[in-house]
Amino acid sequence: MKPAPFAYRKVRTLDEAVALLGEHADAKLLAGGQSLIATLNMRLSAPSLLIDINGIGGLDGVAVKDGKIEIGALTRHAQAERSDLIAKHAPLIARAMPHIGHAAIRNRGTLGGSIAFADPAAELPACLLALDGEVDAIGPKGKRTIKADDFFKGLFETALGQQEVLTAIRLPAATGATRVGFTELARRHGDYAMVGLAATASANGKGLADVRLAYFGVGATPVRAKKSEAALAGGDIEAAVAALDVDPTDDIQASGATKKHLAGVLLRRVGKQLMEARA
Amino acid sequence: MSELPPDLAIDISLTVNGEPVSERVEARKTLVDFLRDDLALTGSHVGCEHGVCGACTVRVNGEIVRGCLMLAVQCDGVTVETIEGLSDSGAVADLQAAFEQRNALQCGYCTPGMIATAQDLLSRGSVPSREEIREHISGNYCRCTGYQAIVDAVEAVAQQRAGAHK
Repeated sequence: MKPAPFAYRKVRTLDEAVALLGEHADAKLLAGGQSLIATLNMRLSAPSLLIDINGIGGLDGVAVKDGKIEIGALTRHAQAERSDLIAKHAPLIARAMPHIGHAAIRNRGTLGGSIAFADPAAELPACLLALDGEVDAIGPKGKRTIKADDFFKGLFETALGQQEVLTAIRLPAATGATRVGFTELARRHGDYAMVGLAATASANGKGLADVRLAYFGVGATPVRAKKSEAALAGGDIEAAVAALDVDPTDDIQASGATKKHLAGVLLRRVGKQLMEARA
Repeated sequence: MSELPPDLAIDISLTVNGEPVSERVEARKTLVDFLRDDLALTGSHVGCEHGVCGACTVRVNGEIVRGCLMLAVQCDGVTVETIEGLSDSGAVADLQAAFEQRNALQCGYCTPGMIATAQDLLSRGSVPSREEIREHISGNYCRCTGYQAIVDAVEAVAQQRAGAHK
């Protein structure tokens, strides 16, 4: 299908974008467009105006400061995939990146767009949650920072207001003690996962501390499996699987029961990744 | 087209297969529809129209993209290469020959996207493993061949090109 008609404006500043969002209640921001344009083509969405933010300078790039790694919202997946800074300071993101779409999609899709769109089966929202990261947003009342734990509100729904623009993602930079794990099951490489798991922990002697397990594809938002986190910190992967407190619903790909089983399979794999020393 | 309100149609200038192009396009028109309908470059195919099948793969500023997931209005100032351009330049002649020799196509619908995607992988220089080839073309559906012959063709060309450079 073809999109319904819409107007198009390419903006050069965040202020312009925020102002236009104020004037057009049903406007949509166009970043990488790899989800948005698909929904427009299928007429799942029919905004009156697209605000193209790709021309705003300074919104892409990666920087490390004060123990944090900051990734501009317009950083493309392919850019992140090639980034030495991300490989070194955000190894979980580096590990997730090849699973996101396909090469042609990663050339256009942006990290900020993926997080703001908040597809429950997408990799990056779960990574942000696992990493205890935060996002910066700007709106009519100025800038604010939102923690990942407070960001994902529901199906494709975030804490961002209608007039707010996500500008950056900030993550704690990895240290020598950081352990990360990532895996997903998809019918075809690059497709949205049936179930996926992003995880972080700190090495604590021979065990683990600060375990954060963020599942995707199991609910309306990425969800943490807090009981399994506690069990895994005790070093017992099977106990963590037995404690698994996610409750996937049936969807087009698999039944809830199958997904729950797969969540356990992934937990065993990711548990092993976390236990292994970082190369 | 002239009756559309402002913002619904926009003037763009870009380079397509080495030639300058200036057109007024509807904001809602995707790049692949622009290439096919306005420029009569019908080598880029329209399959799923939501980024899954890869039949519309073209190069924008040297990088492969989904022609159905980019709007023509976003292409002001860019350089686009389609299968026609890749083919005319001779850059993919060896891939085309290998696809033909190995029956790596039947209906041909996926082939332009498949060739553009394979060329993207091979342009990185090293000889990819079969696993890497499969991963790189994972976003391109072929409903005829079962992929085996496509992987064979891409692998053979990778080896040929590496041999030619020794």
